[in-house]
Amino acid sequence: MSLKIDQDHSRFRGIVRGKIRENLKKYIAQGELIGRKGKDQVTIPIPHIDIPHFTYGQKQQGGAGQGEGEPGDPMGGDPEEGEEGSGKKAGEGAGEHSLEVDVTLDELADILGEELELPDIEDKGKSRIISEKDRYTGIRRVGPESLRHFKRTYREALRRQISMGNYSADRPMIVPIPDDKRYRSWKTQAEPVANAVIIYMMDVSGSMGDEQKEIVRIESFWLDAWLQKQYKGLESRFIIHDAVAREVDRETFFHTRESGGTMISSAYRLCATLIDNHYPADEWNIYPFHFSDGDNWSMDDTLLCVDIMKQHLLPRVNMFAYGQVESPYGSGQFIKDLREHFAADDRVVMSEIRDRDAIVGSIKEFLGRGK
Amino acid sequence: MSEFALRTSLPVYLREEQDRVEKIAAGEGLDFFPVVFEILNYDQMNEIAAYGGFPNRYPHWRFGMEYERLAKSYEYGLSKIYEMVINNNPSYAYLLEGNSLVDQKLVMAHVYGHVDFFKNNFTFRATDLDAGAHTVDPSKRRNPYDPNRRWIDKMANHGTRIRKHVARFGINRIEEFVDHCLSLENLINIHAPFQAQQKADVESDTPKEVPRLRTERPYMESFINPVEFMDKQRAKMDADRDRAKKFPERSERDVLAFLLEHAPLEGWEHDVLEVIREEAYYFAPQWQTKIMNEGWASFWHSRLMTTKILDSSEIIEYADNNAGVMATSGGRLNPYKLGVELYRDIEDRWNKGQFGKEWEDCDDLDAKRTWNVRLGLGQQKIFEVRSHYTDVTFIDEFLTADFCRDQKLFSFGWSNKSERFEIESRELKKVKDKLLSQLTNGGNPFIYVEDANYENRGELLLRHDHQGQDLRSDYAREVLKSLVRVWKRPVSLTTMIESKTAILRFDGKEHSVRQMK
Repeated sequence: MSLKIDQDHSRFRGIVRGKIRENLKKYIAQGELIGRKGKDQVTIPIPHIDIPHFTYGQKQQGGAGQGEGEPGDPMGGDPEEGEEGSGKKAGEGAGEHSLEVDVTLDELADILGEELELPDIEDKGKSRIISEKDRYTGIRRVGPESLRHFKRTYREALRRQISMGNYSADRPMIVPIPDDKRYRSWKTQAEPVANAVIIYMMDVSGSMGDEQKEIVRIESFWLDAWLQKQYKGLESRFIIHDAVAREVDRETFFHTRESGGTMISSAYRLCATLIDNHYPADEWNIYPFHFSDGDNWSMDDTLLCVDIMKQHLLPRVNMFAYGQVESPYGSGQFIKDLREHFAADDRVVMSEIRDRDAIVGSIKEFLGRGK
Repeated sequence: MSEFALRTSLPVYLREEQDRVEKIAAGEGLDFFPVVFEILNYDQMNEIAAYGGFPNRYPHWRFGMEYERLAKSYEYGLSKIYEMVINNNPSYAYLLEGNSLVDQKLVMAHVYGHVDFFKNNFTFRATDLDAGAHTVDPSKRRNPYDPNRRWIDKMANHGTRIRKHVARFGINRIEEFVDHCLSLENLINIHAPFQAQQKADVESDTPKEVPRLRTERPYMESFINPVEFMDKQRAKMDADRDRAKKFPERSERDVLAFLLEHAPLEGWEHDVLEVIREEAYYFAPQWQTKIMNEGWASFWHSRLMTTKILDSSEIIEYADNNAGVMATSGGRLNPYKLGVELYRDIEDRWNKGQFGKEWEDCDDLDAKRTWNVRLGLGQQKIFEVRSHYTDVTFIDEFLTADFCRDQKLFSFGWSNKSERFEIESRELKKVKDKLLSQLTNGGNPFIYVEDANYENRGELLLRHDHQGQDLRSDYAREVLKSLVRVWKRPVSLTTMIESKTAILRFDGKEHSVRQMK
């Protein structure tokens, strides 16, 4: 059933996405997105736009409350943890704008997706990826006026008038009645469009702490969830590396613990081999994602990486994504080196991930380009 | 009856319940408009709730925003809307499909409390309409009282009016203006409906002469009407006349009315602003009496449910749900809880005669504890209170030190040292001060139109009556923008920033702040 609210709701979504009424976007308060307590518990963003009024600053105001506690205790009754911004007006809660709940992966990918652009996968070779398209295929008696088939409607009216005997060739006036109206109808058809592969590479060397690996996993997990949801038949390959690189299955990628030195070139070389052997560039859309703390073994190796990228990777891929996680040990030099060499190349997308809160922003940086 | 009302129908078993609850409520002395219950599924419920209870409003994105919040909280099982009732005659109330029978009865009993309040609390009389759907003078209450409150129709008409402009000018243009108007919607004077229409003093334009004392002897003239005195009088009259030229003559608190009357608005702009203003006045009684209204409805649902409606098998389920509604969490005040406890306290005190001079003057704690002169005035008193008070007067008069202590009320404030909200005090005076300052004018600052020809340049000057709290400055700047959009000339606002007088000004391009010493 369609609701009246749908129009207002889609206006609101449009504002939130910045598609319409851009000047309102600055008032949007966003909740955060990805969980703190494992992958089950997440915060759902409920964007909220405040309409400005003449009003008081909340901090000056304070208020009245009810419950236990001594003067000097924080609001909320828990002396350990002061609840931030919990001052509510009597009689009227401004309403929390984010909620913590369990959601399914699909729902989450949807929520995430509202913020993202899809990579623009090109039509290449024998197609494996399915996309859906609506086609007008027939005629029916009901439908929206915008889809009214004028010719068919006219014909029906003409036929009716002739058969009822009130058509005269001298005065050929045709007046359709609602029963005469005919509308276009459509079917949704699946269309194969393209092949695409995503190659995830992760640095699992000693300088990558557990927290850093976790961040990489969360980020690649969501990238994968989102892209898999959008494109049926999308392939994913996983590479982990320290001083040597090897290809692993999904399970290992998301759960392995290793340590050792770091030679990023090993991963890039393996990636290039993988592409050479399995994914000819004229048939495949290729998206390598590499995550590291940016602490490479030596400058020589970094130069080797740059060389591999220039010679083997960049000519074949649609986009090369590099995400650097901040780590307490690493120098974080690698991204600087990459910037030096590829700053002007828009096929290379780089993103620095400070902490877990930065994951969403980083995903947006990667996918926000629509490449 | 709206078309919407005919679309859904109440199942027979609920209709029977309604009859029963209605009879019981009337038997207890509640006096309400006819109530129409509708049963809705959760999607419809969220939609209607997003529209503030009305099936038809003007198109605006914020209803969509509210819908998203409600729908998400419902879908993720965080909250659901129990009841919704509209101040309309007949009143419409909504029941959620799939709620248990006990819940539905609870909602019905609660709704009859609200509708009694809508009908009898004086503030709601400001929503009475005449045949042309204009508000009428609320100071007269006819007997028997059956006012026209067809606000469902009125809101739907507002929707039609605005949609007509949308069709003509496009949604973006209209919506943008609606946003500006909404920024101004709290600039109304809640007392305006009750103030007698101030007649503009129609003074003759003929210049007045200073009145002279009559004398028949010309040579006495300069003694009886000395020249210096006459000059002084003349100067004073000139000054008076100049002062009268200031416009508006008196500060005007109904800024919206002033703008409607005097801003250079296009036809459609006038229409939009008028709609926003009328709706702001419609909702004003609800925020003026939030604690009282919710308290009253809760008071009656709990009394009716526990004494008349429920049988013993249902009482546990009821108690469980009721406890959820009355719960306070995180130290926050729950208006339902505060209201209901205050009514109970008042009823108890007036039953026992714990009021008046004798009671106030008594210092004997023991005597006070057992004070009971069996006046039995409780019921009568609370009905009186529900008719003649608003939240401000309700709290001011009936919040006592004993109540404050029993209910564990406290005041809190922001602590700069520990960067959090902290409990400040449990003293009656401080708690009451905080509560009242939040409730007064709905927690909105007092803003007046001072001068519509500021600095003789046709600019608008507003004044913020500063009562100890500064305005939120980023919002104030935005509201000034909206005012300029409506007034179409620069707008200034005098206020105080950190205890110094300041004038905020927006000229259509830039903001400026002038600090005074």
